[in-house]
Amino acid sequence: MAVTVASEWLNACSGCEISILNIGDVILDLIPEKLELVHIPALVDSKYFGPTGDGESLTLPQATVGLVSGAVRNAEHEEVLKEMREKVDILIALGTCATDGGIPAQANIFPNEDIFEKVFRDCPTHEPAETPKDVIPLYSDSVTAIDEVVDVDIFIPGCPPHPDWIADALLALLDGKTEWSLPERSVCDTCPVIREEKSAGGAAIKRPLENFEYNPEEPLEKMRCIMEQGYLCLGVVTRAGCAGKEGTPRCISARQSCRGCFGPIRQGAKPLVDMMGALSSIGQDAKSVTDRRAMLNRFVGAHKNLRPLPARNR
Amino acid sequence: MGTMINIQPITRIEGHARVAIELDDAGNVADAKFHVMALRGFEKFCEGRPVEEMPRIVTRICGICPWNHHLASVKAVDGVFGVTPPPTAVKLRRLAQHLAWIPDKLLHFYFLAAPDFVLGPDSDPATRNVIGIAQAAPDLAKKVVSHRQRGAMVLEKWLGKVIHPVAAVAGGFSRPLLEEERQEFLAETRDQLEFAKFTIEYAKTEVFPKYLDTVKTLGVINTGFIGTVTEDGTHDIYDGKIRLMKPDGTYDDFAYEEYTDHLGEHIEPWSYAKMPYAKKWADGLFSMDLESPLGIYRSNALSRINVCDRISTPEAQKELELFREQFGRPAQLTLLYHWARLIELVHNCERAIELLEDPEITGRDIRAEVEVQAGEGVGCVEAPRGTLIHHYAADEEGMITKTNLIVGTTHNQAPINMSVKQAATELIKEGTYDQGILNTIEMAIRAYDP
Repeated sequence: MAVTVASEWLNACSGCEISILNIGDVILDLIPEKLELVHIPALVDSKYFGPTGDGESLTLPQATVGLVSGAVRNAEHEEVLKEMREKVDILIALGTCATDGGIPAQANIFPNEDIFEKVFRDCPTHEPAETPKDVIPLYSDSVTAIDEVVDVDIFIPGCPPHPDWIADALLALLDGKTEWSLPERSVCDTCPVIREEKSAGGAAIKRPLENFEYNPEEPLEKMRCIMEQGYLCLGVVTRAGCAGKEGTPRCISARQSCRGCFGPIRQGAKPLVDMMGALSSIGQDAKSVTDRRAMLNRFVGAHKNLRPLPARNR
Repeated sequence: MGTMINIQPITRIEGHARVAIELDDAGNVADAKFHVMALRGFEKFCEGRPVEEMPRIVTRICGICPWNHHLASVKAVDGVFGVTPPPTAVKLRRLAQHLAWIPDKLLHFYFLAAPDFVLGPDSDPATRNVIGIAQAAPDLAKKVVSHRQRGAMVLEKWLGKVIHPVAAVAGGFSRPLLEEERQEFLAETRDQLEFAKFTIEYAKTEVFPKYLDTVKTLGVINTGFIGTVTEDGTHDIYDGKIRLMKPDGTYDDFAYEEYTDHLGEHIEPWSYAKMPYAKKWADGLFSMDLESPLGIYRSNALSRINVCDRISTPEAQKELELFREQFGRPAQLTLLYHWARLIELVHNCERAIELLEDPEITGRDIRAEVEVQAGEGVGCVEAPRGTLIHHYAADEEGMITKTNLIVGTTHNQAPINMSVKQAATELIKEGTYDQGILNTIEMAIRAYDP
């Protein structure tokens, strides 16, 4: 008997689904004998209200495993998520939007009315208009991670999650396991750059307006740590794994800094607080981080990490 | 009011949408609407962010075309800071753009669209998908999966992230292309070109001929078109001017900064997606009336194929000529999007090869000096789904004060609505419909690859 998998996307971009496709042969070889995709809107014609749309209520098929990407942004996301929880044995939060809100949770900096005001009444390509309301599901008060709405069994963070981890988790479940988690390590633990661990002496953090110092002909092992070069890099507070089971952190290998897309190292940790501490500990002026609150919560705006400030502070 | 038919979710597309079809008492179509219900609010929450961070934020608008948002954004950022990237950096960005399009085209044609054509529009919905294709044609499926995957892995190998990239930066690029990478990617891309040529031949001989009748009728509407061309009118997906063509084939060309003079957006109370229209036509009026639409134009592959005078690479130019001989210019038949997409697939492979053969591509001067300043910038590239417009303004600290975004598929909102209504009206008569008919209506949507 094949293990059945249902997949849904909520307040999402479909990058997680492309990452599923990027698993490639490992998954393809399992289909359909060992693994059966019973519902995945990007690939399979399975409808909420039946094939001719005359069902009474939104219904998903039963499945062993449910994969949900995206955060919850409206009443329909909530309905789909609760129906998925109801119908699957093991629910996986796939990607950082589902686990921590992701970049779309930056919206939590603003009250909903400000978003509508900007989008529908303050753009140079149209006159102010009413916010569309007909048949559109009710907007949630804020962007929430899916574990703020239902119980979640497995978390696979990442923006997007690396195909290695999606495959690893699915194969573990196929083996009859019911638990799976990413190791609790930081991006720095897997980053090969040189660290001299000298104090920066209270220097202000530089904005990334020039390329880091490195020789392109030399491997990362010869480049000095981005933080020690004086730029913000969130590797120290971010969970490792963006490059899969092996390999160097992906953004660093593009000679760019980490922005925290795998979320906090431990569930529930607060990257903003931890990062401020980390910066101070190496002698950098933690308060000099540009746009600090949004920047250090870039991927983790759910769980009330980002909230509208009183108007005068915005 | 009679029956409402609810198709939800629209499947084998790259986003969220539903269709509602309203039947009158006689069971014929009174109205049909394509509803987009997602609103993430990028235009708002980008306010207050540092300008140079934008290319790393807006990628999340779309996980299928993050490269295009990344590049349109970085061009807008360059505009705000008033900086011109060195020639090698521009070539690297352009190379990334062409490479990113290759797996995208394969994904859409084989994974999303082909099940309807290969297995049939009214075949069993449980197997009418890429897995069904894998069972019907296992050898072809293996080749497709491998080429799409390898196409994506070139970018990953070079620049770390293929989904949500980070390498395009204010003033240039973060990492050069090394000589050994150039050689490896060149061999890989030459192989992709062979597969692209196979794909268009396969489509022209095995797939499209069987559906010529459907092509002539399904979702057919009469509209204008938008796309990017170079100064001399050549097809270009990275840089140039915007060409807006009327249904009669006459056109206006304009610079990115002038987009607000030419494009307006219409807002309906039943969809979060705005509907761009050509505001210099029809006295600035907007109408989706099927008989006499006003201001309506389309984007994406068919549109670019229509607006360009030529394609710069030989194989794709040959295909363009064949296409035009058969369907004229502008070609209006909606299902021809699939054909046009494959012409562009061939072009992307050819153009990527040219760039990889360019000695300047491995240059080391890849980033210009950037200074924070107040300013405004409009950055555009073609995304597979249409002309992307990123418009930013920033204060003297280099923090975003205003944004306006028009993304590829948005241009097609009104046309998709019209094609859905046209298809539904033609196919549903006297209350008779089944899953095959509803899926055929969805095929009209899939042609646009929303």
